[in-house]
Amino acid sequence: MDLYEYQAKQLFAHYGVPTQLGEVATTPAEARAAAERFGCPVVVKAQVKIGGRGKAGGVRLAADPAAAYTVASEILGLDIRGHIVHRVLITPAEQIAEEYYVSFLVDRAERGLLCMASVSGGIDIEQVAAETPERLVRVPVDAISGLTDAQAAEICAAADFPVAVRPAVADVLLALWQVFTAGDALLVEVNPLVRTPDDRIVALDGKVTLDDNAFFRHPDYAQFEDPTATDPLEQAAAERDLNYVKLDGEVGVIGNGAGLVMSTLDVVAYAGERFGGVRPANFLDIGGGASAKVMADGLEIVLSDPDVTCVLVNVFGGITACDAVADGIVGALAMLADRGTPVTRPIVVRLDGNNAAAGRRILAEANLPTVELIETMDAAAARAAELAYHARPATSA
Amino acid sequence: MAVFLTADSRVIVQGITGSEGRKHATRMAAGGTVIVGGVTPGKGGETVEINGAQLPVFGTVGEAMAATGANTSVVFVPPRFAKAAVIEAIDAAMPLVVVITEGIPVHDAAFVHAYAQATGRTRLIGPNCPGIISPGQSNAGITPWDITGEGPIALVSKSGTLTYQMMYELRDLGFATAIGIGGDPIVGTTHIDALAAFEADPAVAAIVLIGEIGGDAEERAARYIRDHVTKPVVGYVAGFTAPEGKTMGHAGAIVSGSSGTAQAKQVALEAVGVRVGRTPSETARLLREAYAGR
Repeated sequence: MDLYEYQAKQLFAHYGVPTQLGEVATTPAEARAAAERFGCPVVVKAQVKIGGRGKAGGVRLAADPAAAYTVASEILGLDIRGHIVHRVLITPAEQIAEEYYVSFLVDRAERGLLCMASVSGGIDIEQVAAETPERLVRVPVDAISGLTDAQAAEICAAADFPVAVRPAVADVLLALWQVFTAGDALLVEVNPLVRTPDDRIVALDGKVTLDDNAFFRHPDYAQFEDPTATDPLEQAAAERDLNYVKLDGEVGVIGNGAGLVMSTLDVVAYAGERFGGVRPANFLDIGGGASAKVMADGLEIVLSDPDVTCVLVNVFGGITACDAVADGIVGALAMLADRGTPVTRPIVVRLDGNNAAAGRRILAEANLPTVELIETMDAAAARAAELAYHARPATSA
Repeated sequence: MAVFLTADSRVIVQGITGSEGRKHATRMAAGGTVIVGGVTPGKGGETVEINGAQLPVFGTVGEAMAATGANTSVVFVPPRFAKAAVIEAIDAAMPLVVVITEGIPVHDAAFVHAYAQATGRTRLIGPNCPGIISPGQSNAGITPWDITGEGPIALVSKSGTLTYQMMYELRDLGFATAIGIGGDPIVGTTHIDALAAFEADPAVAAIVLIGEIGGDAEERAARYIRDHVTKPVVGYVAGFTAPEGKTMGHAGAIVSGSSGTAQAKQVALEAVGVRVGRTPSETARLLREAYAGR
């Protein structure tokens, strides 16, 4: 889970990283009130989980409370690369002498943990990496011993931080290491980390991605969840323990196993190239189970998407045999009819693998008017794309 | 022959008294795997019925190894206890540890990987993987053992169900070994580790490499194939339609900015002569061609 800047800074403060917590405002009046409390020029910053805020006009200076009101009214509601701004963070404007960059991340390629640091902060770090790679140091940190005082000092020297601030930057690195490890983050990034004219070091921005798999040891992270930022269907799916991602096409997809479902989306899009560019509407992995209940919940979520005109159920029977999956589909359709939401849109089913013949027989004998059984994955995807294409409203073209 | 796991493998299950551990121990035994016992802390001295046999339960991996000569452990321990379980296996110098558990925090995975590297005595596979199967010989994990039999093909994949799908498509040829390396950001065995072993195994005639979005393991594998692999390799990559910034089921399956895309992986593989199928079935057809023309 990605955090908003204000949430990242709360975590920073908890682990002793010097930062400005500021105040969160959801209305221009709240922004003005915050500026009045600070009693100095403030920065009004859009809170969105995407980069490029500054360029999009989402970070602006306000000289006084009246200006904070105006600026906040302009930033709130702004669409920044598809993310609508619902909150702004108000912080006292800080005097900046220099801007640095520091981060900790999971290095997938080396299968370890990595610290990156640069004295060329404040701009896009990918630009620094591409144009002046010698100004970005990358130092692996041992996952067993952790970041030591000596290594933090070495990183400061290697990145050529000014000698006067090296001890302070090293302390920041050690505190950020705690955010990263004790906080179970996948990414902790500060850009810019600033040096003030009086030589204080302050994390002026913060980006943190938390490891969802570690939430069992951080019950307090529930406070960071933001239902308003989540797609309502994804929210509903999560409440039923279903792994669902909303996409923008017309063919609903249900399958078992993350890889097979990803593959099914691709095969639908590939088949859709021949049918007016039909695309998959969602990712939904029902996992190994495929009981009637799970299948019914899955169908219900997928069919709540009004864009879906056809569903493709693609299951490879491994541990769960296909006859059990077929029973699940039959049971699910009965269950949905009982819930008062009978399925009327076509469902293309492909079953293969363990007990496939028995599974197909069960579906054939159930004689379900909306279910069409297709033997291979490619043919099933093509049929689903075709059905979705024909379900499109007729155009006058 | 086969890779990492053979008919001589003696397997224990960590977490054998839990429902998943017991269920899959039974399946593994039914498929001919030599299961010699299990480990559950605090339950040493008990027995557990697996496939009609009473198998000993030990309190520690060390005791299990001493008593049974086990050389492979399959871990079904829940995420919050998995790190300690794997460390225990590494401390006991277990040669092969297969971690099936899904949902292990990345920092725990980073720690156990570093720990295994530091000791140098243990190969880790996983976490969040279906395990490894050498059909007709042994099965350490949750792959259905009866999809196909022994044969000349080898497979390495981040995905379980795509592994099963591909084994099924090529069931007439059969497999020497199929390794599900797992879909997490940090895994113990990589595509490259598997490719190196397949290249060295005379039983392997052709290789299927299955990747998915996230990270750059497939790009690295492509460079390795160019420099070190002489056997024919075909590829498949899942996730062309995945949107940026969304985790697609597997914790590691995420496109971040412009990195980790399926497109980039396909391009990297094709650049070194690996033909990449657009669907699993097409990939199976490419493998047949590569196998026939080798």
